[in-house]
Amino acid sequence: MKKNKIVENIAYIVFLIFGMLTIACVLLITVYLIVSGIPAIKEIGLINFLFGKKWASTAQEPSFGILPFILTSVYGTAAATVLAVPVGLLSSIYISRYANKKVRSVIESFINMLASIPSVVVGLIGMVVLVPTVAKVFRLSDGATLASAIVVLTIMILPNVIKVSVTSLDAVKKEYEDGSIALGATKEETIIKVTIPKAKSGIASAIVLAIGRAIGEAMAVVMVSGNVANMPTLFDSVRFLTTAISSEMSYASVGSLQRNALFSIALVLYVFIMLINAFLNIFLKKGQEN
Amino acid sequence: MEIIKTEDLRLYYGDFLALKGINISINDKEITALIGPSGCGKSTFLKILNRMNDLVDSVKITGDVYYNGKNIYDKKVDVCQLRREVGMVFQKPNPFEMSIYDNVAYGPRTCGIKNRLKLDEIVEQSLKKAALFDEVKDSLRKSAMALSGGQQQRLCIARALAIQPKVLLMDEPTSALDPISTSKIEELTLQLKKDYTIIIVTHNMQQALRISDKTAFFLLGDLIEYSDTERMFTKPQDKRTEDYITGRFG
Amino acid sequence: MGDNKLSRKKRLFTIILKVLMVLSILITVALILWMIIFVLFKGLKDISWHFIVSKPSYINESIGIWPNIVNTIYIVFTTIIVVIPAGTAAAIYLNEYGKNKKLIKIIEYASETLSAIPSIIYGLVGMLIFSNNIGTSILAGCLTLVIMNLPTVMRTVQESLKTVPNSYREGAYALSAGKFRMITTVVIPGCIDGIVTSCILAIGRIISESAALIYTAGISNACKNYFSGLFSSGASLTVALYVYAKEQGEIQVGYQIAAILMILTFIINILTVKIASKLKKRRLS
Repeated sequence: MKKNKIVENIAYIVFLIFGMLTIACVLLITVYLIVSGIPAIKEIGLINFLFGKKWASTAQEPSFGILPFILTSVYGTAAATVLAVPVGLLSSIYISRYANKKVRSVIESFINMLASIPSVVVGLIGMVVLVPTVAKVFRLSDGATLASAIVVLTIMILPNVIKVSVTSLDAVKKEYEDGSIALGATKEETIIKVTIPKAKSGIASAIVLAIGRAIGEAMAVVMVSGNVANMPTLFDSVRFLTTAISSEMSYASVGSLQRNALFSIALVLYVFIMLINAFLNIFLKKGQEN
Repeated sequence: MEIIKTEDLRLYYGDFLALKGINISINDKEITALIGPSGCGKSTFLKILNRMNDLVDSVKITGDVYYNGKNIYDKKVDVCQLRREVGMVFQKPNPFEMSIYDNVAYGPRTCGIKNRLKLDEIVEQSLKKAALFDEVKDSLRKSAMALSGGQQQRLCIARALAIQPKVLLMDEPTSALDPISTSKIEELTLQLKKDYTIIIVTHNMQQALRISDKTAFFLLGDLIEYSDTERMFTKPQDKRTEDYITGRFG
Repeated sequence: MGDNKLSRKKRLFTIILKVLMVLSILITVALILWMIIFVLFKGLKDISWHFIVSKPSYINESIGIWPNIVNTIYIVFTTIIVVIPAGTAAAIYLNEYGKNKKLIKIIEYASETLSAIPSIIYGLVGMLIFSNNIGTSILAGCLTLVIMNLPTVMRTVQESLKTVPNSYREGAYALSAGKFRMITTVVIPGCIDGIVTSCILAIGRIISESAALIYTAGISNACKNYFSGLFSSGASLTVALYVYAKEQGEIQVGYQIAAILMILTFIINILTVKIASKLKKRRLS
């Protein structure tokens, strides 16, 4: 009997440890990012770092302002969201309310496919097809620009927008819509005026999740955005927060201010993600519960 | 005065024949109760009258349904217009997640009424007719979801009345409500009879007896008996009707 | 007359909405279809057996992706054998042991946070935590991927644990089984479907991951056996695609690897659907 009790206690402790694993990982990541991100910010100065317009990490007199990266990430994500949301939402209405079973399952398998294509593959296609096309259409010497990155990001977040929106539209019961139909509204009026408002918190979550995904995307974007630390304009080569890290990480020497500044960029990106996540939890989850 | 008439009305779900040739004539400004055990086709029949079954893919309908002498399954009929004249209240209260005001104004707005004053008036009148106005007049801008179940159902009635229908279809409107709310709705239904034709599906025999002028008994997709309510409950003509209303099955 | 105008307006609205919807869905589907066909066509057109089973050689000036295939298999295998037990144990804690609601909420929030963190940050932190201590190696990459996939596995297994009926647990207790014995005999067999599903999901994510691997597992194309490979640097297929196409300008090699990745993704997607429908049937019966 005593032996049994020992086994039970050991089992409990082991499961408890694994249960805590996610918390431990989050803490570990947070601590590591803060510890390695703070020194460079201290040295450069928070204001200079966040709002400095010039990034020249390897110049004689280096300057470490990441405003170009922040703005590129914000503009790129915003533009991709603005493009992906209407297309995604209209597609999800079609899937949820118009497509018959067969058509729906075919479309959904395509969308799952798009969601799971590796980002480097999307980046490759962007690099060899999109970049030259952008250069040709807009008569640029190089098509690796913010515009190309926006298109790639749009494609990458589209399946997320569609999948989450479809789930939230599916959750609106037919009985709820019937109230509107019985008042003489058409199916389309009902969807716009009744169904979508009812599903709005789910759709908002879809959008916020997509924003998180877009702001964190690195590999696909680095292959099409040209990777120059310009202030963002649509037809210039740009660097995102993510690609700023990846493009210099491989050669920045250990312990240098340059390398430490890259960790600081990661910290800034992390703060963005945490804010988005908190927003999702505080505002949208509550809305769903009500 | 006859307002609704069906002739040899059949309805199929795929291959399944759910209504087996219904002939019925319903009078204006009366309350007609449809009774029968679950799955007998009474709710299906009700939904034919405002063509709510159109939304179900596998449904096929044959025979004729006349509303004011016009066949409502005619190709030229504007379904939305029909639904404005034949309003509906559902089994579970299903107010929209909007304010009380917007719920009632939804129908008129759909019909293209934009004038604020006019909408205000319609909302007030409809809520009064649904005996809800006094309870909510200070909270018209509050969410309809905060109302009690019985209030929500009366709100749904007000919402249906706001587009000035001629006929009101009620699909077991009290089955999800407590006894007090139920009696309020029943009272309200009797008042509405002055201005509207009401067809109500109910599981509750006492309810049919209390409020309806005529009763139709459905069984397995057939209309077994249709007569004055009093007569139906005192001298049923068919053995099956008698078995049902005396509670031997169902 | 007014009514007529209104219904004409409504009909117009209906038509516009429908056209926009069909247009959106067509754009989406056409885009995916085109991407698949484009990559397969470009990549498979002159792919050779030699390309798949050989190592890259500077002497012959030839490129082969065998090391990357092997590395990918090592990475998938190692990550899975760590993350599946860990994620399952975490899910069991949440579903069977966890009583403190607050703690469970915190764990779930932590897991949500983990799944929101972008892979480039995982790459960076993985480098700091693992590569700086055990060296840039496949093992370091795998440990990073374990953290990344932990929330997915945990959530999927937890969902399936919720479908194990309580009566099963009570049945085991009634036979005087202890909690641990109950878990090994009733709970774990009951959530095997969740474990399988999470396995497939994790494999899909691991195969397509690149940003988290490039600084942790490195970009070497050496071909080693499993145990020495684990402790040395090695590029997965995705990382190799990036390095060849972006850094070395070998676009054709990029196409070929992309085609292979596309086929793998396709297979995993089909497996996911197949398993999901099979499980659904089993659950219904």
